[in-house]
Amino acid sequence: MIYDTVVIGGGPAGLAASIKAREEGLNVLLLDEKDYLGGILPQCIHPGFGLHYFKEDLTGPEFAHRLIEKLEDMGVEKRLTATVLDITVEGDKKKVKYVSPEGLESVATKSIIYASGARERHRFELGIVGDRVAGIFTAGEAQTLMDIYGVMPGKEVVIVGSGDVGLIMARRFALEGARVKAVVELMPYPGGLARNIVQCLQDFSIPLYLSHRVLEIRGRKRVEGVKIAKVDDNLESLPGTEFDMPCDTVIISAGLIPRIKLLKKLGVEMDANTGGPMVDENLETSISGIFVAGNALLINDLVDYVVEQGEIAALSAKKYVEGSLQPSRRIRIRAEGNLRFVVPQYVSGKRDVILYGRVKKPQEGAIFKFREIGEERRYPVVKPSEMFKIKLRVERIPSNIRELTLEVK
Amino acid sequence: MSKIYRFTCIVCPLGCYVEAELEGENLKIQGCKCPRGEEWVRSEIFEPKRVLMSVIKVKNGVYPVVSVKTDRPVPKDRISQIMRFLSNLEISAPVKIGQVIVENVLDTGANIVATKDVEKK
Repeated sequence: MIYDTVVIGGGPAGLAASIKAREEGLNVLLLDEKDYLGGILPQCIHPGFGLHYFKEDLTGPEFAHRLIEKLEDMGVEKRLTATVLDITVEGDKKKVKYVSPEGLESVATKSIIYASGARERHRFELGIVGDRVAGIFTAGEAQTLMDIYGVMPGKEVVIVGSGDVGLIMARRFALEGARVKAVVELMPYPGGLARNIVQCLQDFSIPLYLSHRVLEIRGRKRVEGVKIAKVDDNLESLPGTEFDMPCDTVIISAGLIPRIKLLKKLGVEMDANTGGPMVDENLETSISGIFVAGNALLINDLVDYVVEQGEIAALSAKKYVEGSLQPSRRIRIRAEGNLRFVVPQYVSGKRDVILYGRVKKPQEGAIFKFREIGEERRYPVVKPSEMFKIKLRVERIPSNIRELTLEVK
Repeated sequence: MSKIYRFTCIVCPLGCYVEAELEGENLKIQGCKCPRGEEWVRSEIFEPKRVLMSVIKVKNGVYPVVSVKTDRPVPKDRISQIMRFLSNLEISAPVKIGQVIVENVLDTGANIVATKDVEKK
């Protein structure tokens, strides 16, 4: 038996992709490594999800529930506690090998939707030296412990990184009675949204140390404290500014990295700026019939975008299976100026495309310019913490063009 | 005597820096670029409210806790009382999403509602 599509990952991208693919009449198999669906949503118990997609303010578990209910109603075939080990491509046919409590299995499929999410950066990637002791967690680990399993990871907490996840965990710890002694941010500005600075830190009088870094973690069996220093404009620690802060728990919240190991092994073309694969407007990778959605593609800040990508990938898989998917790697889109990345990296130039992107640093009065076609758009404020969406209209794209540069000045 | 409040407005991504001066009942707001922001500043000063979320212990469930929220914002200064109240609660599985676990928690007018299913073990 050959599936039309195998969806790898049962978070919001994979759920949305599976539902859409099933609606389109495809024969779908959904695989997830955990024993519950929803990816990170069930552990994100705070509100703020779904304002765009469901036009309602939902918590993470509620958002996941809606998708899972739909998936069950549609009778999508799924395997939980199934970890994908390998993908092989033989012409038009792909094989997905996975292991589950039932043993090792291999399934054949025409297409793959890769929605494996992201992993968290850990202390060693930040160069935090010192003792290897208990009490050091990534933000997501702490969140899983607290909000899925009801375990409190510690009492006196230092949080490394002020992205939204770090800020939200600062609030969760404070609400549950822990003392959050500091949120330490390397950059001179916070990584998360202004609303989270207010609602997560100021509400609980949690100090935010901007332009500071945690140098080392000290302890015997358990964390006993961290050493912190101020940094200069080049992010180098300033000698003489070091100070110790006693704590029993360190939470690392220093960003996410797309989990793309299996794609890399296949030799899929990668984008160093997103950390994910290069895709066209169909979200197809450089290997035809393999599509990517969600945080495996790029780190999104709204689940609504992730769901949107899952649905696009499913519609593309449907066309691929039917043999009607048009090759769309014609025009390469490049990011320049204060622009970290833009996705998709290729477009066909034959239809309107929504581009996602993120700037490198905060800027007021930013001008977005498609250089080759002279089209400009102005934004009053842009920030790295907020992804932007920009529509590229087909009638604006000259037919002879092979490269298009989006720059932010 | 007047009191000065400083805010970063969180109504939209602009994040205006706002200063508000309260003298008796009289509030003077500076720095807001829109009326929605001024409304927000007013409520932040006179009665700040938040939607609250936590987890509650579950007996005989496939998971040991269930996530919950208040179904409407509660006054900020009641949050720690509500959290303490929730930490002493334990309910029995099964729990259904949307199930009201506590009605009118501590007379705030808000209900505590489950935000996911937890099946019986």
